[in-house]
Order: sequence, then C-alpha cells, then structure tokens
Amino acid sequence: MSVTEGKELRIIGFLCNWCSYAGADTAGVGRFAQPTDLRIVRLPCTGRINPLFIVRAFMNGADGVLVSGCHPRDCHYSEGNFYARRRLETLKALLPVIGVDPGRFEYTWVSASEGQRWRSVVASFTEQVHALGSMPRFMSGTSLDLCLRPAVQPRVF
Amino acid sequence: MNIGVFVCHCGSNIAGTVDTEAVAKAALEYREVVFATDAMYACSEPGQAGIVEAIGTYALDGVVVASCTPRMHEATFRRTLERAGLNRYMFEMANIREHVSWVGKDKAANTRKAAELVHMAVEKLRRNERLQAGEFDIAKRVMVIGGGVAGIQAALDCADGGLEVVLVEREPSIGGKMSKLDKTFPTVDCSSCILGPKMVDVAQHPNITLYALSEVDSVDGFVGNFNVTVRRKAAYVDWDACTGCGECAAKCPSKKTPDRFNEFIGLTTAINIPFPQAIPKKASINANACIKLTKGKCGACAKVCPTGAIRFDQKDELVTEKVGAIIAATGYDLFDFTKYGEYGGGRYPDVITAMQYERLLSASGPTEGHIRRPSDGAEPRDIVFIQCVGSRDKSIGRPYCTGFCCMYTAKQTILTKDHMPDSQSYVFYMDIRSPGKNYDEFTRRAMEEYGAKYIRGRVSAIQPKNGRYLVKGADTLLGRQVEIEADLVVLAVGAEAARGAGELAEKLRISYDPYGFFLEGHPKLKPVETNTAGVYLAGSCQGPKDIPSSVAQGGAAAAKALSLLSKDKLASDPQVSGVKLARCIGCGKCESVCPFGAIEMIEFRGMPKASIIETVCQGCGVCTAACPQGAAQLRHFTDNQILAEVNALCL
Repeated sequence: MSVTEGKELRIIGFLCNWCSYAGADTAGVGRFAQPTDLRIVRLPCTGRINPLFIVRAFMNGADGVLVSGCHPRDCHYSEGNFYARRRLETLKALLPVIGVDPGRFEYTWVSASEGQRWRSVVASFTEQVHALGSMPRFMSGTSLDLCLRPAVQPRVF
Repeated sequence: MNIGVFVCHCGSNIAGTVDTEAVAKAALEYREVVFATDAMYACSEPGQAGIVEAIGTYALDGVVVASCTPRMHEATFRRTLERAGLNRYMFEMANIREHVSWVGKDKAANTRKAAELVHMAVEKLRRNERLQAGEFDIAKRVMVIGGGVAGIQAALDCADGGLEVVLVEREPSIGGKMSKLDKTFPTVDCSSCILGPKMVDVAQHPNITLYALSEVDSVDGFVGNFNVTVRRKAAYVDWDACTGCGECAAKCPSKKTPDRFNEFIGLTTAINIPFPQAIPKKASINANACIKLTKGKCGACAKVCPTGAIRFDQKDELVTEKVGAIIAATGYDLFDFTKYGEYGGGRYPDVITAMQYERLLSASGPTEGHIRRPSDGAEPRDIVFIQCVGSRDKSIGRPYCTGFCCMYTAKQTILTKDHMPDSQSYVFYMDIRSPGKNYDEFTRRAMEEYGAKYIRGRVSAIQPKNGRYLVKGADTLLGRQVEIEADLVVLAVGAEAARGAGELAEKLRISYDPYGFFLEGHPKLKPVETNTAGVYLAGSCQGPKDIPSSVAQGGAAAAKALSLLSKDKLASDPQVSGVKLARCIGCGKCESVCPFGAIEMIEFRGMPKASIIETVCQGCGVCTAACPQGAAQLRHFTDNQILAEVNALCL
C-alpha cells in the first residue's frame, strides 16, 4: 500500500513532542479535518533534527517535508528550536542547489493549543506540495547522488 | 526480533473511519512482525491482558500498539510490557486516532495512512534498545509562585505536609485579588475575614519562606532539582527592622500617589503599607512617587521611623533557591475596558470597573465602605451594571467566558441594596451563567429579593447628561430599545492572563494558550500538571476561576507536589544522550550547544572526549544533531531509528 495510491503525495512531518505533536493531537481532538497525505515522525525537539534527515527524505522520494516545533522562546528545552531555525534556514538555501524546489520544504511553529493553526498549516502546505506535483526521482549514480548518499547512510558502530 | 502489532478500534473512534482489520493484516507483511491483531479497546483490562498473553504465546520481544496519541497511553502500555516481563522501551505507538481517524474523512486513505504509521513504528521498534532507568536525588522543597488564594492554599498544604515552601509574591503583600474583595458570593461572607487567617498562617508557618515584592528572574534545572533565581525588588525599607507601625506613611508628604491596591480609586502616600491586613506587614516605597528618590530631598520617613529601617540606597537582590517542584499560581489580570469606545473608553470618571466598585464597597477602601461617585463624591441612586465586558467577544480577541462575572455582579447588586436601600440596580446581561452550588439561587435572590432589574441585551452607548449618564441599550427579550439614566456605571470586566504570564511560562518551559493562560497537561485528566515534569498549576493562571475552584486547585497542586516529593529519589529517564567514545573526536561542539550543561569534556587515554552527565541530560537531542561524527546519540531517538522511519515511508 503506497501513499501514491489515489491522489496522495508523500509528505513527511518532523514534529517536536511538546508543542507541535501535541498541537496535532489538539487538532485531532477538535476533529479538524485535514488532507491525509502527511505522515508524522515524533521527535523530542526540533533541535534533534539533523537537516540530512530531510535531504534523505527527498532523496528517497518524499514530495514534501514539513518541520514544526515550539514557538521561539517557548521551547521545552529552552533553546532547541533556535538551533533548529538556524540549521533549517541553511538547509533552505541548500535545497535548490541539490535540485529540490524549496517550496517542498517548510518549517513552522505551532503550540500545543493551536489545533486550528495546525489544520491550516497542514492544509496549505499540502496544497503547496500538490501544486508542485510529485518529486522527480534523484538520478542514482549521478555525481550529486554520490556526494550526498554517504552523508545520509545509516551509521554502523 | 519477534514483533506483535495491536490495532485498536477505540470503539468507533478509530474503527469508524479506519479499517483496523486491514491494518492488522497489512502489518503481518512488515519485517519481523510475527503477530498482528485488532482489539476493541487495547487500553482496557481485557485489551492489556490480550497483549500480555500474546507476548507469552508468540515470544514477542517488542510490541507496537496502533491507537491514540502516545501522549495519552504510552505509559499505560509500557507498564503492560513490564508486567509481561519485557523492557518498557521495547514499545512503540502509532497514533492512528488523533492523527488519522479523527482528522481524515476518506476511509481508504485513512487505512493506508494508518498502515504506514504502523510500518514506521515497526521499523523504529526494530532498532530500539532495552533501556534501564537510573535514580537521582531530589530537593524536598517546593516553590509557589504567586500568593493569591490559590498559591496560599498550595503553600499551606505543602508546608503542612512537611515540605519546605518558598512563596514568591510580586506585590508587597500576599492575598491577591481576593484581598481586594469586600464580600464573596454566594454566602456574602467577608472576604478578608476568611482570607486573613490563611494569610497569617503563611506568615507564621515554620516551613514557609515568604518573598514578597519579588519576582522569578530565571529558572534552570529540572524536576527534583530546579534552581530558581528570585529577584527581591528594592522596598527601600529594611524589612527585618520594619515593625509595620505606619509612622512613615503618616508623615510622608507625597500624598498624591496612585493607589494600586485600591485600583487607583483614591490616593495614598509614597511610602505605605498597602492595606491593614497586609502580610508581610511592612512598608515599601513607591520609587516613582518618593520625593527623596526622585528629587533627592525629603527623607521625612527616615526621620520618624522608630527603628531606622529606611534604606534609600537599597538595591534589588538576587537569591537562588533549590526546589524539587514548582507551583505556578500567578492568577489573572482584569481586562482593560478602555478598548470599548461605547463605554466611554475611560473618559467618564463614573464608569468604573467592578473591582473598583468592590473597593468602594469595602470598609477598608478609600471611602470606608460608603458608595460614592468618583467624580463628585455624591451617593449614587441608579446604578447600571454591564456584564461581559471583555468576555465572550471575538472582536477584541476575548471569545472565552470569564465565568465568575455573573456571580460577582449579582453579589454587587445585593450589596448595593444593603448599603443604600433607596438605590436601584440595572444589569445588562447576555446570559446568566451560574453553575455552582447555590449559585443560581443566589442570582435569583438578587433579582427577586433585592429587586435588581435584569435586562437581557447589550449597551450601545453611554453618554453624559446633566451630571448623570444616559445608558442606551437593547432589551432583546422585549425587542425594544431602552434608555436608563444612571449615576454610576459598573463594568463587569473579564479576566485575562496576568501581566508577564508569557515570560514566566517561557522561564518555566511550560506552554500557554493563545490568551496567555498556562496549558495543563491534559484538559480533563491532568488539570494541575503541565507538560514539564515537576511544574504544577493552581488557580486562574490556568484559566479564569472563582475562589472555591482556585482553592481546590491549590490543594490539588499541593497534593501533586507532595506525592512527587514523597520519594527520596526519582527515576531518571533513560531516553538521554550517550557518546560512543570510539567515534568521538573531542571537538566539543556538543558541549557548546547543550542547553543544560549536561556535557563535560573528559580525557580518555590522553584524548579529549565528550561525556554526558546522565542525570542532567533532558533528552532534547540538540547534541546529536550537532555531532559531526554521529558519536553523540540520543537514546530511543537515534539517527538510525529516525532514518528507519523515513525509509519506511519513502522507499
């Protein structure tokens, strides 16, 4: 069963446990209907996100990646989202270089109480990704692929 | 690894829009899944028994439950695993209720999504490790922030339970909003008579340290070991020497200082004791009004003080307190009604807030309990009360109901009649909301026994007319316009989050809602907890509350703090970072990014290496993302685990 069955695209969400994951829960409790494309990965903090996770997702065929965390200054771990913001801004600048439309990636802040806001974030991002269509496959064996692939391989200890 | 998958129906909550049987069937195709089934209620006793049984029958090493959010029942199922003899961390949850069945309409799409979430969980579980919790020492002390009635109750209950309590209050005296009230509903008993003894108990309790005129400056640490820095603001009086005799206030020449305690009705002196029952009963100087502090001359108070307690050179002082738990009880502030042009926007002196009216009613207020118009000091006869000022109004961003204004307005109409039998009260209301013991009876009494005229409708304008005010409004029950000439207009202003609530929430690392009220752990099942372990909520800081609810919540927060600190040690969360020494190059990046100072550089066989202090690490994973070598790995959220989830979705 693939997501692309029907008209869905592959959208991955990386959400912090304390604000945005809870905000997505709040949206659920409020029964705020959303598009079904998004699949959420739960993380302790957006500061946990290595930007290479997102590159890896795109290399493997994700059509869109959404990151969401606590509002700035409201981080459960004081400053994790500030680190995230810097890293993700850098990633944004990098994406066109590796051939990914920057519109396929978005990061945002949604608090645990903002169920309505979460719904609108999901709806508008899904719409944005649908406008871009499905992600062209990364050409395997190209120099770009060879450069990036080792960086996003699982590590063996 | 043998993995078992349990897909919960949650009655019809999930099964209504997800084909749970198909999800379970799909799960059997995933790697290392040896058993998959659907269950009516996985969290129920038979549901958990089914999991325990399957663990035995199929020799499962790990379990995935696809049901509600892990924020709800992760702990429940982890205990189930422990009962069956598995490590509690060999468990993953797929959230197919909040994130699937409740938000998606299309059953086929929902079922696909649910199956994929299960796939992600399975792939992560395959890489889970058996983690063991450690233990750490805790400080058996609690800090209560805010000395209103909720904070006082929390402090007293904790102190009676044997904990050392530090009570921090921003104002010069504890007592909060309740100390400003004249009487309380629905019993009409005197507010200071029931609050006063509790305030005195706080002052006299051997386990309570009170910091009045103080604010929380910074908070670090974590449950069991918070370090809170408190800023003790300069009172310009040595409180150890001050006896509270009041000689200074009597001699102070700066007699036109705005009176905060009396809601700026009436004036006070630059050095004052806010009210007769103040705890601590100490004088403090308003630096903006003091002639000595603004112009350099005067010092009358220093000359008369019998104990020589005046210190014009006093500075703010920082004290750090180590506590195991924190109770936030910072209360609320009143809505600023000047946003409403139709009520005069603050231009009319005789349009006042209900709290100002309360000070007029109070025997210890500026008029000694005689109701007088602020403009000319005349006794009013016709008084109009307007309800829902700053409540239930989307246009000004206050869509919520404050909840207690209907009741206090009814109380004020009763007190008005008691004070002035010839007076007539009119109340413009939207709905009367009086759910509570004896509450509705009380509002009926205001109407029937005390003759308050209740008019269902809003006021469109207040206009001055011959020294009185013409109040124009609608009576929606009779379907006509009404005009009432009033001597005094009292606005039932709603509650809003206390000034600085957001900043405090950020210091405490707790969440707050769009209006600034602190967010509880769960709206029903964790009403006094927050998402930050060891931080509890009491009173109106969590949402507007009347006195009985605030007291009850203060007691509830104290019970939570007492049960947390009843142990000598707390179990540490093993979901913390760890460093593989063989890969670490000792660059120190992790040490510089760690928000908690949980990483120290050590020397290992002559090489610099990073080392995690596990009891300090909070498990955010910022170091893991910063490590160029992948040597620092957050346990339970390692790079490999997260990439496995990504791969499960994309490949």
